[in-house]
Amino acid sequence: MTSLLKNRLFWPAAILVVMLVVNAFTSNQFITVRDGHLFGSLIDILRGSAPLLLVALGMTLVIATGGIDLSVGAVMAISGAVACLLIRDLSDQNSVGPVLLIMLVAVGVSLLAGLWNGALVAVVGIQPIIATLILMVAGRGIAQLVTDGQIINVQSGPYATIASGFFLALPVAFLIAAAAVVLITLLTRRTALGLLLESVGGSPTASRLAGIRARRITVMVYVVSGGFAGLAGLIYSANIKSADSISAGNLIELDAILAVVIGGTALIGGRFSIAGTVLGAVLIQAMTVTVVAVGVPSEATLLFKAVVVVALCLSQSPVFREKVFGRFTPRPAARAEVPAS
Amino acid sequence: MGEQSPVLEMTGIRKVFPGVVALDGVDFRLFPGEIHALMGENGAGKSTLIKVLTGVYTIDGGQVRLGGEVVHINGPLQAQQAGISTVYQEVNLCTNLSVAENIFIGREPRKFGRIQWGQMRRRASELLARLDLNIDVSAPLNTYSLAIQQMVAIARAINVPTAGPAATSATGTASGTGTAAGGGAKVLILDEPTSSLDASEVAQLFAVMRRLKADGVAILFVSHFLDQIYEVSDRLTVLRNGQLIGEYRTAELPQVKLVEKMIGKELAALEDLEDKAQRSRERTAGAEPIVEARGLGRAGAIAPFDLTIHAGEVVGLAGLLGSGRTELARLLFGADRADSGELRFAGKPVTLRDPQVAMKRGIAFSSENRRTEGIIGDLSVRENIILALQASRGWTRPIPRRRQDEIVEKYIKALQIRPADPERPVRNLSGGNQQKVLLARWLITEPRLLIIDEPTRGIDVGAKAEIQKLVAELSDGGMAVLFVSAELEEVLRLSHKIEVLRDRHLVEELQNTEGVDADRIMQTIASGATS
Amino acid sequence: MTTIDATPDTGNKKDSPSNPRRRVYRPNTRYIPILATLALLVIMYGGAVANYENFGQPSVVVNLFRDNAVLLVVTVGMTFVILTGGIDLSVGAVISLTTTLTATLLQGGWPPLVVLVLVLLIGSLIGAGQGAVIHFFKVEPFIATLAGLFLARGLALFINQQSIPIRDETWKAISEYRIPLADGVVTKPVAVVAVAAVLIAAAVLAWTRFGRNVYAIGGSADSALLMGLPVGRTRIAVYTLSGFCAALGGVLFSINSTSGWALQGNGLELDAIAACVIGGVLLTGGSGYVFGALLGVLVTGLIQTIIIFQGDLNAAWTRIIVGVLLFAFIVLQRLVTRKAK
Repeated sequence: MTSLLKNRLFWPAAILVVMLVVNAFTSNQFITVRDGHLFGSLIDILRGSAPLLLVALGMTLVIATGGIDLSVGAVMAISGAVACLLIRDLSDQNSVGPVLLIMLVAVGVSLLAGLWNGALVAVVGIQPIIATLILMVAGRGIAQLVTDGQIINVQSGPYATIASGFFLALPVAFLIAAAAVVLITLLTRRTALGLLLESVGGSPTASRLAGIRARRITVMVYVVSGGFAGLAGLIYSANIKSADSISAGNLIELDAILAVVIGGTALIGGRFSIAGTVLGAVLIQAMTVTVVAVGVPSEATLLFKAVVVVALCLSQSPVFREKVFGRFTPRPAARAEVPAS
Repeated sequence: MGEQSPVLEMTGIRKVFPGVVALDGVDFRLFPGEIHALMGENGAGKSTLIKVLTGVYTIDGGQVRLGGEVVHINGPLQAQQAGISTVYQEVNLCTNLSVAENIFIGREPRKFGRIQWGQMRRRASELLARLDLNIDVSAPLNTYSLAIQQMVAIARAINVPTAGPAATSATGTASGTGTAAGGGAKVLILDEPTSSLDASEVAQLFAVMRRLKADGVAILFVSHFLDQIYEVSDRLTVLRNGQLIGEYRTAELPQVKLVEKMIGKELAALEDLEDKAQRSRERTAGAEPIVEARGLGRAGAIAPFDLTIHAGEVVGLAGLLGSGRTELARLLFGADRADSGELRFAGKPVTLRDPQVAMKRGIAFSSENRRTEGIIGDLSVRENIILALQASRGWTRPIPRRRQDEIVEKYIKALQIRPADPERPVRNLSGGNQQKVLLARWLITEPRLLIIDEPTRGIDVGAKAEIQKLVAELSDGGMAVLFVSAELEEVLRLSHKIEVLRDRHLVEELQNTEGVDADRIMQTIASGATS
Repeated sequence: MTTIDATPDTGNKKDSPSNPRRRVYRPNTRYIPILATLALLVIMYGGAVANYENFGQPSVVVNLFRDNAVLLVVTVGMTFVILTGGIDLSVGAVISLTTTLTATLLQGGWPPLVVLVLVLLIGSLIGAGQGAVIHFFKVEPFIATLAGLFLARGLALFINQQSIPIRDETWKAISEYRIPLADGVVTKPVAVVAVAAVLIAAAVLAWTRFGRNVYAIGGSADSALLMGLPVGRTRIAVYTLSGFCAALGGVLFSINSTSGWALQGNGLELDAIAACVIGGVLLTGGSGYVFGALLGVLVTGLIQTIIIFQGDLNAAWTRIIVGVLLFAFIVLQRLVTRKAK
């Protein structure tokens, strides 16, 4: 029991469970079956968390190498803009093949954006926060340029499916995110990629001298992050059936970083946890849904989120936990601390 | 000496950690105007004793007297105020600040709250001049060598304004002119100050220590280098397994006896190795050359040099810090790219674009900066060991977990890595064990050329002997070794051939035959010193 | 020192460079990033003068300070934080909280001076709270201040989601006051406040123990602690100062716009961080100057001015050009700095 309490993910998980329980009681439908599909607020949470989950997945890898990617929101906007622009010009917006192809093109553009970030960080040697800030600023401009400053509406069945469709009774958006999680987990834990990533994040110099091509790995994580952001942008835009280059992915970089940190991955790089990130992302989405379900007034939404985030951060601080929960476990007297000031 | 009363007297010191008695009734005394060496293997209790003295740990039993009075030291600040100052192995200064600031920060001379930079620089210069150091005190500390940083740390330590009863009469007001060396600290603890210094820098440090000693400062000196202990210390205290073995006059205790007292058994390994070094020098005569460098160089790092290394040969690189030792080694691994000359490896011309190319050819390189360029602290022992092998296989071909465990277990056993727990984060291991982990990392890649830069720096006698033995065994097994060390005795003991570097030039190649000794090498290094 | 003396007792080894690799040609590396920024700023200014009519008028330069007063004040606070190796993401949100609160209180008829003191106090308190969490609970600054961001903006939205006009006479009088500098060149009080903030900050950093402790902590917090410096106190003070500067920036913002709105200052934290980086303040801490940060602000300000002079740019192109110029600037600076080394 104590070891469970000590787990970094215990409190995030506990809060998530509490929120789900609250949802189960307050919303009129927590989980039901309608027309052979699953519905209810639980499904809403799973479906709604897909974009954040995808972005946070990419962010986890970037942060594992000691970097950060601020441009994910802008990349989402670009990807949605490109897709909607091309779909609008289709003669038949409901033909599956072309729409799929267009989505591939949009993700391809996002991969290029990630490549740009990765090159700036790994080849030019710019600090990640600044390197990705450039695309964060310019990227939304590019998206606006693509849409010519308008909101492009599309009426494409296949496109809408990726956000609101169902497959095997489950939302397609959720399945896409779940597939991404499985893919990344396999890629990092079944190959040596995870080890090399953690090594680069732990010490780039030492990694290079151990024969790891750190530069290549760094570029790759930014490319992956860009790609997932692009995919998230597609789901976001398919959900609203339009491209909105201003609000698409606005501030999602902060939520994604938060999800990663809640999940136990440190911002300085090194060890990372995919499962933790998934938990973090779902928790953040659950928070948003719960706020509505409980009937917190919209002006207090952010405040509510702030309180939960503060509580979470404190719950993960070893010092805080020791002070609050540690009274019962005597600590070794050896660690006499240097008195601060 | 001897007849005076001790400035510091510790009796029956006991310190217990959960499950371990780190210090068990240890006595220790320190007289004014002496240099006293504290000896013992890692885990003997040296650092615990020092931490008790500096107030990092509180004792569970015993008594500490300072100037005859019983004191209770509750923290580093209080220790400093009581006149006990410490300079640690890792220089604990802020290297981004200027030299003068590092000496005075926290007690800068001020007028109306404004720092008097001019006065501060002047006083810093004066203080350093007393240590025979004339440097630009307004330059950032990180533009100076570690040796100078070490001296600056000492200058800061001895300049501490003390608040103890004895000190108030000696020093003037806190804002008075620079206190005389020794006017501040009564006890100066130097915890492995020489581990990153080369021979001339060590000599300079010793000059400073002798000067402070003459001023009446009691110096507690910790070093893994036995020669240094004999050169500079007056008396020594040996600890083993948290217990006091004895206190001796250094001049009266032969080196071999000292080592025996430290490790608690008779030492055959080192002697054995001496014989081996005399061995098979002829062996390499017929062997194929592994490395043939012709005019290889890199502007600003190392002038073009010629170098041949045969299979089964240990080649030592000797030279001072900054002489180009490390730079030469890095070129042969592709850590830096050569911009002139050519390199043949095992008879074939190669261009080492990056470390991985070198690794594919069978070259391994263990850096001198164990912590920043060697281990990955967060990762486990297992992961650190398999890292290089995994890197050369590429990420798509992971080493199966079972195979990893086999390899790691084998090497933990073979190199006696302690603790023998493969899943422990490597940062929690001692320096010597981290070094063994790094050696294991490279040995499992089965290299044909092993380049090791300062593998024994800052590790204890036992581990050092083990690593030296290992190098000798590897070369017996046919591996070529390029061995870089600041310690000439070590280079002499292990190498078949010694390359001497000076000012980024390879100046001479010496066959390690009779008559070649440390003096001979020092002469080569020194002859025609740049004006 | 390394030029070898085989006979070590020769006594004085005069000024011989300790280590050729480290000493030669490197007396002023500390100033290189600043000088590079200054040179590029001058070049950019020269280019703009050559290309645009009237760009050479002194008012263009003077107005840079007026138009960027808020950013300047915030950047000053950010410089202190970054010098200790931290980061403060909450500044933009503190601005929005300050403007909203100021406008609300003034509307409620509170005396202007009381409002001023109160909002500055609240800003400082938020900063101090973040500093305390960072220091005592060892929460990463990025996360602690991200929580601060949510909290401050959450409070602002909770107070009022709409834009609130300020009709207070004092505020209006300050807003409309003009200070003549030379013939036909005038500036506003906000610019004076901003310049004063820069000068005071520079003096504090160079000549006070607090200022030097800031650098020491950024260099190595562990060493600073062992040297007996008040690490905790300094760290908390730095975040308090940043909170104060952000609140002051918020006051200036409310004076400029004579309104308060919860979305004012959105994203300003990134502008401030970018300005610091452009000005050569290292994100790792311990290196940089307030004047560098000032240059960084002027660079971003100049870019904006050039865009205004260009005139016919829409929002999309503005973003893209800001991004491109930022990119060009950082890469150039990187090349210059690298060459100099």
